[in-house]
Amino acid sequence: MASSHAPTTTEYIQHHLQNLVVGFHPENGFGIAHGAKEAAEMGFWALHLDSMFWSIALGALFIWIFKSAAEKATSGVPGGLQNFVEMIVEFVDGNVRETFHAKSEVVAPLALTIFVWVFLMNLMDLIPVDLIPRMTEAVGIPYMKVVPSTDVNITLGLSLSVFALMIYYSFKVKGAGGFFKELAFQPFNSPNIFVQLIFVPINLLLEGVALLAKPISLALRLFGNMYAGELIFILIALLPFYAQWLLSVPWAIFHILVITLQAFIFMMLTIVYMSMAHESH
Amino acid sequence: MNLNLTLLGQAISFAIFVIFCMKYVWPPIMGALRERQAKIAESLAAAEQGAQRREEAEAEIATMLQDAKAQAAEIVAAAQKRANEMVEDSKSTARTEGERLLAAAQSEIEQEVIGARESLRKQVGSIAIDGARKILGSEVSADAHSKVIDDLVGQI
Repeated sequence: MASSHAPTTTEYIQHHLQNLVVGFHPENGFGIAHGAKEAAEMGFWALHLDSMFWSIALGALFIWIFKSAAEKATSGVPGGLQNFVEMIVEFVDGNVRETFHAKSEVVAPLALTIFVWVFLMNLMDLIPVDLIPRMTEAVGIPYMKVVPSTDVNITLGLSLSVFALMIYYSFKVKGAGGFFKELAFQPFNSPNIFVQLIFVPINLLLEGVALLAKPISLALRLFGNMYAGELIFILIALLPFYAQWLLSVPWAIFHILVITLQAFIFMMLTIVYMSMAHESH
Repeated sequence: MNLNLTLLGQAISFAIFVIFCMKYVWPPIMGALRERQAKIAESLAAAEQGAQRREEAEAEIATMLQDAKAQAAEIVAAAQKRANEMVEDSKSTARTEGERLLAAAQSEIEQEVIGARESLRKQVGSIAIDGARKILGSEVSADAHSKVIDDLVGQI
Protein backbone atom coordinates (compact mmCIF):
# COMPACT_ATOMS: atom_id res chain seq x y z
CA MET A 1 0.00 0.00 0.00
CA ALA A 2 2.87 2.33 0.72
CA SER A 3 4.08 1.87 -2.82
CA SER A 4 0.82 2.94 -4.47
CA HIS A 5 0.51 6.35 -2.85
CA ALA A 6 2.18 8.39 -0.14
CA PRO A 7 0.76 7.16 3.20
CA THR A 8 -1.26 9.51 5.36
CA THR A 9 -0.19 9.99 8.97
CA THR A 10 -2.71 7.46 10.22
CA GLU A 11 -1.68 4.93 7.62
CA TYR A 12 1.96 5.45 8.46
CA ILE A 13 1.34 4.80 12.16
CA GLN A 14 -0.93 1.84 11.52
CA HIS A 15 1.59 0.39 9.11
CA HIS A 16 4.28 0.60 11.74
CA LEU A 17 2.11 -1.08 14.34
CA GLN A 18 1.11 -3.99 12.08
CA ASN A 19 2.91 -7.29 12.45
CA LEU A 20 3.84 -9.53 9.58
CA VAL A 21 1.12 -12.14 10.09
CA VAL A 22 1.03 -15.46 8.35
CA GLY A 23 -1.91 -17.83 8.66
CA PHE A 24 -5.09 -19.18 7.11
CA HIS A 25 -7.52 -16.52 6.03
CA PRO A 26 -11.09 -17.84 5.71
CA GLU A 27 -11.41 -16.35 2.23
CA ASN A 28 -7.91 -15.83 0.87
CA GLY A 29 -6.44 -19.09 2.18
CA PHE A 30 -2.91 -19.50 3.54
CA GLY A 31 -0.73 -16.45 3.20
CA ILE A 32 0.41 -13.17 4.62
CA ALA A 33 -2.26 -10.85 5.99
CA HIS A 34 -2.60 -7.48 4.30
CA GLY A 35 -3.68 -5.06 6.98
CA ALA A 36 -5.01 -5.37 10.49
CA LYS A 37 -8.47 -6.52 9.41
CA GLU A 38 -7.24 -9.60 7.57
CA ALA A 39 -4.85 -10.38 10.40
CA ALA A 40 -7.72 -10.27 12.89
CA GLU A 41 -9.80 -12.52 10.68
CA MET A 42 -7.09 -15.17 10.75
CA GLY A 43 -7.88 -15.74 14.42
CA PHE A 44 -5.64 -17.66 16.80
CA TRP A 45 -3.95 -19.94 14.26
CA ALA A 46 -1.71 -17.30 12.80
CA LEU A 47 1.90 -16.43 13.47
CA HIS A 48 3.68 -13.08 13.74
CA LEU A 49 6.67 -13.87 11.58
CA ASP A 50 8.50 -10.65 12.39
CA SER A 51 8.11 -10.98 16.17
CA MET A 52 9.10 -14.64 16.08
CA PHE A 53 12.08 -13.94 13.86
CA TRP A 54 13.50 -11.10 15.93
CA SER A 55 12.72 -12.79 19.20
CA ILE A 56 14.45 -16.02 18.23
CA ALA A 57 17.32 -14.19 16.55
CA LEU A 58 17.93 -12.12 19.67
CA GLY A 59 17.58 -15.16 21.92
CA ALA A 60 20.11 -16.97 19.74
CA LEU A 61 22.39 -13.93 19.91
CA PHE A 62 22.19 -14.04 23.70
CA ILE A 63 22.95 -17.75 23.79
CA TRP A 64 25.77 -17.36 21.28
CA ILE A 65 27.50 -14.54 23.15
CA PHE A 66 27.15 -16.19 26.55
CA LYS A 67 28.01 -19.64 25.27
CA SER A 68 31.20 -18.44 23.62
CA ALA A 69 32.15 -16.69 26.86
CA ALA A 70 31.26 -19.80 28.86
CA GLU A 71 33.41 -22.01 26.63
CA LYS A 72 36.44 -19.82 27.16
CA ALA A 73 35.70 -19.18 30.83
CA THR A 74 38.80 -19.58 32.94
CA SER A 75 39.48 -18.91 36.57
CA GLY A 76 42.48 -16.86 35.49
CA VAL A 77 42.47 -13.28 34.34
CA PRO A 78 39.27 -12.79 32.31
CA GLY A 79 39.24 -11.23 28.86
CA GLY A 80 36.92 -8.45 27.75
CA LEU A 81 33.95 -10.57 26.70
CA GLN A 82 34.28 -12.88 29.67
CA ASN A 83 34.46 -9.90 31.98
CA PHE A 84 31.32 -8.39 30.49
CA VAL A 85 29.42 -11.67 30.62
CA GLU A 86 30.57 -12.36 34.15
CA MET A 87 29.45 -8.94 35.26
CA ILE A 88 25.93 -9.65 34.03
CA VAL A 89 25.95 -13.18 35.43
CA GLU A 90 27.11 -11.94 38.82
CA PHE A 91 24.52 -9.19 38.81
CA VAL A 92 21.74 -11.69 38.09
CA ASP A 93 23.19 -14.20 40.54
CA GLY A 94 23.33 -11.55 43.26
CA ASN A 95 19.69 -10.64 42.72
CA VAL A 96 18.65 -14.28 42.75
CA ARG A 97 20.58 -14.93 45.97
CA GLU A 98 19.04 -11.93 47.68
CA THR A 99 15.47 -12.82 46.81
CA PHE A 100 15.32 -16.53 46.23
CA HIS A 101 16.41 -18.62 49.18
CA ALA A 102 15.41 -22.14 48.17
CA LYS A 103 17.71 -24.44 46.22
CA SER A 104 17.05 -24.51 42.52
CA GLU A 105 19.04 -25.17 39.38
CA VAL A 106 16.47 -23.44 37.23
CA VAL A 107 15.80 -20.03 38.70
CA ALA A 108 19.17 -18.36 38.15
CA PRO A 109 19.54 -19.38 34.46
CA LEU A 110 15.88 -18.51 33.98
CA ALA A 111 16.46 -15.05 35.41
CA LEU A 112 19.58 -14.57 33.29
CA THR A 113 17.77 -15.61 30.13
CA ILE A 114 14.86 -13.29 30.88
CA PHE A 115 17.05 -10.32 31.75
CA VAL A 116 19.31 -10.49 28.73
CA TRP A 117 16.69 -11.61 26.24
CA VAL A 118 14.12 -9.02 27.27
CA PHE A 119 16.82 -6.37 27.31
CA LEU A 120 17.89 -7.27 23.77
CA MET A 121 14.28 -7.29 22.56
CA ASN A 122 13.73 -3.89 24.14
CA LEU A 123 16.99 -2.64 22.68
CA MET A 124 15.52 -3.02 19.20
CA ASP A 125 13.41 -0.02 20.14
CA LEU A 126 16.48 2.21 19.83
CA ILE A 127 17.00 1.34 16.19
CA PRO A 128 15.49 4.12 14.09
CA VAL A 129 11.85 3.18 13.50
CA ASP A 130 11.99 3.30 9.72
CA LEU A 131 15.39 1.72 9.12
CA ILE A 132 14.62 -1.99 9.10
CA PRO A 133 11.00 -1.74 7.80
CA ARG A 134 12.19 0.30 4.79
CA MET A 135 14.91 -2.23 4.06
CA THR A 136 12.57 -5.20 4.25
CA GLU A 137 9.96 -3.35 2.22
CA ALA A 138 12.53 -3.00 -0.52
CA VAL A 139 12.81 -6.79 -0.73
CA GLY A 140 9.04 -7.23 -0.74
CA ILE A 141 8.10 -7.80 2.91
CA PRO A 142 5.11 -5.52 3.50
CA TYR A 143 5.18 -5.34 7.32
CA MET A 144 8.00 -5.44 9.78
CA LYS A 145 7.73 -4.74 13.50
CA VAL A 146 11.25 -5.06 14.80
CA VAL A 147 10.67 -4.75 18.55
CA PRO A 148 9.37 -8.13 19.72
CA SER A 149 8.45 -6.82 23.18
CA THR A 150 5.90 -4.46 21.63
CA ASP A 151 3.98 -7.60 20.65
CA VAL A 152 1.68 -8.71 23.44
CA ASN A 153 2.01 -12.31 22.26
CA ILE A 154 5.71 -12.24 22.99
CA THR A 155 5.37 -10.78 26.48
CA LEU A 156 2.46 -13.06 27.30
CA GLY A 157 4.43 -16.02 25.97
CA LEU A 158 7.14 -15.19 28.48
CA SER A 159 4.88 -14.43 31.40
CA LEU A 160 2.66 -17.47 30.88
CA SER A 161 5.75 -19.67 30.81
CA VAL A 162 6.79 -18.12 34.10
CA PHE A 163 3.25 -18.70 35.38
CA ALA A 164 3.40 -22.35 34.35
CA LEU A 165 6.67 -22.72 36.24
CA MET A 166 5.07 -21.04 39.26
CA ILE A 167 2.19 -23.49 39.27
CA TYR A 168 4.54 -26.44 38.69
CA TYR A 169 6.83 -25.53 41.56
CA SER A 170 3.91 -24.68 43.85
CA PHE A 171 2.60 -28.20 43.37
CA LYS A 172 6.03 -29.76 43.55
CA VAL A 173 7.22 -27.98 46.69
CA LYS A 174 4.02 -27.57 48.69
CA GLY A 175 1.96 -30.42 47.25
CA ALA A 176 -1.61 -30.02 46.05
CA GLY A 177 -2.89 -29.68 49.63
CA GLY A 178 -0.36 -27.09 50.61
CA PHE A 179 -0.98 -25.05 47.51
CA PHE A 180 -4.75 -25.21 48.05
CA LYS A 181 -4.30 -24.23 51.68
CA GLU A 182 -2.33 -21.20 50.62
CA LEU A 183 -5.12 -20.15 48.29
CA ALA A 184 -8.01 -20.98 50.62
CA PHE A 185 -6.87 -19.90 54.09
CA GLN A 186 -5.51 -16.48 53.25
CA PRO A 187 -5.92 -13.62 53.77
CA PHE A 188 -8.93 -14.28 56.05
CA ASN A 189 -8.90 -17.08 58.53
CA SER A 190 -10.64 -17.89 61.72
CA PRO A 191 -10.26 -20.51 64.43
CA ASN A 192 -14.00 -21.11 64.19
CA ILE A 193 -14.55 -23.81 61.58
CA PHE A 194 -17.94 -22.47 60.39
CA VAL A 195 -16.64 -18.95 59.96
CA GLN A 196 -13.68 -20.45 58.15
CA LEU A 197 -16.03 -22.26 55.77
CA ILE A 198 -17.53 -18.92 54.81
CA PHE A 199 -14.06 -17.45 54.37
CA VAL A 200 -12.78 -20.20 52.06
CA PRO A 201 -14.67 -19.19 48.89
CA ILE A 202 -13.85 -15.52 49.49
CA ASN A 203 -10.18 -16.37 49.96
CA LEU A 204 -10.19 -18.57 46.87
CA LEU A 205 -11.66 -15.76 44.82
CA LEU A 206 -9.20 -13.14 46.12
CA GLU A 207 -6.13 -15.33 45.88
CA GLY A 208 -7.22 -16.74 42.53
CA VAL A 209 -7.51 -13.26 41.08
CA ALA A 210 -4.19 -12.28 42.63
CA LEU A 211 -2.58 -15.39 41.16
CA LEU A 212 -3.99 -14.84 37.69
CA ALA A 213 -3.14 -11.16 37.79
CA LYS A 214 0.55 -11.99 38.14
CA PRO A 215 1.29 -13.25 34.60
CA ILE A 216 -1.11 -10.72 33.06
CA SER A 217 0.44 -7.76 34.84
CA LEU A 218 3.91 -9.08 34.13
CA ALA A 219 3.19 -9.28 30.40
CA LEU A 220 1.20 -6.06 30.10
CA ARG A 221 3.70 -3.99 32.05
CA LEU A 222 6.47 -4.82 29.62
CA PHE A 223 4.21 -4.66 26.59
CA GLY A 224 2.69 -1.31 27.63
CA ASN A 225 6.01 0.36 28.29
CA MET A 226 7.57 -0.83 25.07
CA TYR A 227 4.49 -0.17 22.96
CA ALA A 228 4.20 3.36 24.31
CA GLY A 229 7.89 3.99 23.77
CA GLU A 230 7.71 2.68 20.23
CA LEU A 231 4.62 4.77 19.50
CA ILE A 232 6.38 7.92 20.64
CA PHE A 233 9.33 7.11 18.39
CA ILE A 234 6.88 6.68 15.50
CA LEU A 235 5.24 10.01 16.32
CA ILE A 236 8.62 11.71 16.48
CA ALA A 237 9.40 10.20 13.08
CA LEU A 238 6.44 12.13 11.68
CA LEU A 239 8.20 15.45 12.35
CA PRO A 240 10.27 17.09 9.63
CA PHE A 241 13.63 15.33 9.49
CA TYR A 242 15.65 18.36 10.69
CA ALA A 243 13.56 18.66 13.88
CA GLN A 244 13.44 14.99 14.82
CA TRP A 245 16.69 14.89 16.78
CA LEU A 246 15.34 17.51 19.17
CA LEU A 247 12.87 14.98 20.52
CA SER A 248 14.25 11.63 19.47
CA VAL A 249 17.63 12.08 21.15
CA PRO A 250 16.26 12.91 24.63
CA TRP A 251 13.60 10.24 24.28
CA ALA A 252 16.16 7.65 23.19
CA ILE A 253 18.43 8.52 26.10
CA PHE A 254 15.51 8.25 28.47
CA HIS A 255 14.49 5.04 26.77
CA ILE A 256 17.87 3.44 27.49
CA LEU A 257 16.86 3.69 31.13
CA VAL A 258 13.37 2.36 30.45
CA ILE A 259 14.43 -0.71 28.50
CA THR A 260 16.98 -1.70 31.12
CA LEU A 261 14.56 -1.07 33.92
CA GLN A 262 11.80 -3.07 32.24
CA ALA A 263 14.14 -6.00 31.64
CA PHE A 264 15.24 -5.80 35.27
CA ILE A 265 11.65 -5.60 36.56
CA PHE A 266 10.61 -8.61 34.48
CA MET A 267 13.55 -10.57 35.86
CA MET A 268 13.03 -9.44 39.46
CA LEU A 269 9.33 -10.26 39.44
CA THR A 270 10.06 -13.67 37.95
CA ILE A 271 12.51 -14.34 40.78
CA VAL A 272 9.97 -13.10 43.34
CA TYR A 273 7.20 -15.30 41.90
CA MET A 274 9.54 -18.30 41.85
CA SER A 275 10.49 -17.58 45.43
CA MET A 276 6.81 -17.40 46.42
CA ALA A 277 6.21 -20.73 44.70
CA HIS A 278 9.08 -22.32 46.64
CA GLU A 279 8.31 -20.97 50.09
CA SER A 280 5.25 -21.62 52.15
CA HIS A 281 4.17 -18.73 54.30
CA MET B 1 -2.80 -6.98 18.95
CA ASN B 2 -4.50 -10.32 18.42
CA LEU B 3 -3.46 -13.28 20.46
CA ASN B 4 -2.29 -16.04 18.22
CA LEU B 5 0.24 -18.81 17.76
CA THR B 6 3.09 -16.36 18.31
CA LEU B 7 2.36 -16.78 22.02
CA LEU B 8 3.05 -20.51 21.87
CA GLY B 9 6.02 -20.02 19.62
CA GLN B 10 7.49 -17.57 22.08
CA ALA B 11 6.81 -19.93 25.00
CA ILE B 12 8.53 -22.78 23.18
CA SER B 13 11.57 -20.75 22.20
CA PHE B 14 11.70 -19.40 25.76
CA ALA B 15 11.77 -22.93 27.14
CA ILE B 16 14.51 -23.93 24.69
CA PHE B 17 16.64 -20.89 25.50
CA VAL B 18 16.23 -21.36 29.25
CA ILE B 19 17.16 -25.05 29.04
CA PHE B 20 20.14 -24.23 26.87
CA CYS B 21 21.24 -21.50 29.26
CA MET B 22 20.79 -23.88 32.20
CA LYS B 23 22.84 -26.64 30.59
CA TYR B 24 25.61 -24.88 28.70
CA VAL B 25 25.89 -21.28 29.83
CA TRP B 26 25.28 -20.97 33.56
CA PRO B 27 27.34 -23.86 34.97
CA PRO B 28 30.68 -23.12 33.23
CA ILE B 29 30.51 -19.40 33.98
CA MET B 30 29.53 -19.95 37.60
CA GLY B 31 32.21 -22.63 37.89
CA ALA B 32 34.87 -20.25 36.61
CA LEU B 33 33.65 -17.53 38.95
CA ARG B 34 33.73 -19.81 42.00
CA GLU B 35 37.14 -21.15 41.05
CA ARG B 36 38.51 -17.66 40.68
CA GLN B 37 36.96 -16.67 44.00
CA ALA B 38 38.73 -19.58 45.67
CA LYS B 39 41.97 -18.68 43.93
CA ILE B 40 41.77 -15.06 45.00
CA ALA B 41 40.99 -16.03 48.59
CA GLU B 42 43.94 -18.40 48.52
CA SER B 43 46.35 -15.81 47.17
CA LEU B 44 45.12 -13.23 49.65
CA ALA B 45 45.76 -15.66 52.47
CA ALA B 46 49.19 -16.44 51.01
CA ALA B 47 49.99 -12.75 50.75
CA GLU B 48 48.97 -12.23 54.35
CA GLN B 49 51.11 -15.16 55.39
CA GLY B 50 54.00 -13.74 53.42
CA ALA B 51 53.62 -10.38 55.11
CA GLN B 52 53.55 -12.07 58.50
CA ARG B 53 56.64 -14.08 57.65
CA ARG B 54 58.41 -10.93 56.52
CA GLU B 55 57.51 -9.22 59.78
CA GLU B 56 58.89 -12.14 61.71
CA ALA B 57 62.05 -12.10 59.65
CA GLU B 58 62.39 -8.38 60.23
CA ALA B 59 62.09 -8.85 63.97
CA GLU B 60 64.67 -11.61 63.81
CA ILE B 61 66.98 -9.38 61.80
CA ALA B 62 66.58 -6.62 64.37
CA THR B 63 67.54 -8.89 67.26
CA MET B 64 70.44 -10.32 65.28
CA LEU B 65 71.64 -6.85 64.47
CA GLN B 66 71.41 -5.85 68.10
CA ASP B 67 73.35 -8.94 69.14
CA ALA B 68 76.00 -8.26 66.55
CA LYS B 69 76.32 -4.68 67.66
CA ALA B 70 76.66 -5.71 71.28
CA GLN B 71 79.22 -8.30 70.31
CA ALA B 72 81.20 -5.81 68.28
CA ALA B 73 81.16 -3.35 71.17
CA GLU B 74 82.38 -6.10 73.44
CA ILE B 75 85.19 -6.99 71.11
CA VAL B 76 86.23 -3.38 70.76
CA ALA B 77 86.21 -2.96 74.53
CA ALA B 78 88.27 -6.11 74.99
CA ALA B 79 90.74 -5.02 72.37
CA GLN B 80 91.07 -1.63 73.96
CA LYS B 81 91.62 -3.19 77.35
CA ARG B 82 94.19 -5.54 75.92
CA ALA B 83 95.97 -2.65 74.22
CA ASN B 84 96.02 -0.69 77.44
CA GLU B 85 97.43 -3.70 79.23
CA MET B 86 100.11 -4.10 76.60
CA VAL B 87 101.04 -0.46 76.82
CA GLU B 88 101.20 -0.72 80.61
CA ASP B 89 103.26 -3.91 80.34
CA SER B 90 105.78 -2.43 77.97
CA LYS B 91 105.94 0.69 80.09
CA SER B 92 106.75 -1.28 83.21
CA THR B 93 109.18 -3.50 81.34
CA ALA B 94 110.95 -0.47 79.97
CA ARG B 95 111.03 1.08 83.40
CA THR B 96 112.55 -2.01 85.07
CA GLU B 97 114.99 -2.40 82.21
CA GLY B 98 116.05 1.18 82.59
CA GLU B 99 116.37 0.79 86.31
CA ARG B 100 118.42 -2.34 85.82
CA LEU B 101 120.67 -0.63 83.32
CA LEU B 102 121.00 2.32 85.63
CA ALA B 103 121.87 0.08 88.55
CA ALA B 104 124.43 -1.82 86.45
CA ALA B 105 126.01 1.40 85.31
CA GLN B 106 126.07 2.71 88.84
CA SER B 107 127.67 -0.43 90.21
CA GLU B 108 130.23 -0.35 87.41
CA ILE B 109 131.00 3.24 88.27
CA GLU B 110 131.30 2.35 91.90
CA GLN B 111 133.56 -0.55 91.02
CA GLU B 112 135.76 1.72 88.98
CA VAL B 113 135.83 4.30 91.74
CA ILE B 114 136.88 1.66 94.21
CA GLY B 115 139.56 0.35 91.80
CA ALA B 116 140.84 3.86 91.20
CA ARG B 117 140.89 4.56 94.90
CA GLU B 118 142.77 1.31 95.53
CA SER B 119 145.44 2.06 92.91
CA LEU B 120 145.63 5.62 94.08
CA ARG B 121 146.10 4.41 97.64
CA LYS B 122 148.82 2.01 96.48
CA GLN B 123 150.55 4.74 94.54
CA VAL B 124 150.33 7.12 97.46
CA GLY B 125 151.76 4.36 99.73
CA SER B 126 154.67 3.72 97.39
CA ILE B 127 155.21 7.45 96.94
CA ALA B 128 155.20 7.87 100.71
CA ILE B 129 157.67 5.02 101.16
CA ASP B 130 159.86 6.42 98.44
CA GLY B 131 159.63 9.76 100.12
CA ALA B 132 160.42 8.29 103.51
CA ARG B 133 163.34 6.26 102.14
CA LYS B 134 164.76 9.32 100.56
CA ILE B 135 164.42 11.15 103.82
CA LEU B 136 165.58 8.44 106.17
CA GLY B 137 167.97 6.56 104.06
CA SER B 138 167.72 2.92 103.57
CA GLU B 139 166.62 2.04 107.09
CA VAL B 140 163.16 1.99 106.07
CA SER B 141 162.21 -1.32 104.65
CA ALA B 142 159.00 -1.77 102.98
CA ASP B 143 158.39 -5.05 104.78
CA ALA B 144 159.16 -3.75 108.27
CA HIS B 145 157.11 -0.67 108.04
CA SER B 146 154.38 -1.83 105.79
CA LYS B 147 152.01 -1.76 108.72
CA VAL B 148 152.63 1.91 109.28
CA ILE B 149 152.41 2.63 105.62
CA ASP B 150 149.15 0.70 105.33
CA ASP B 151 147.75 2.79 108.19
CA LEU B 152 148.86 5.90 106.39
CA VAL B 153 147.40 4.68 103.17
CA GLY B 154 144.16 3.84 105.02
CA GLN B 155 144.00 7.46 106.30
CA ILE B 156 144.17 8.88 102.80
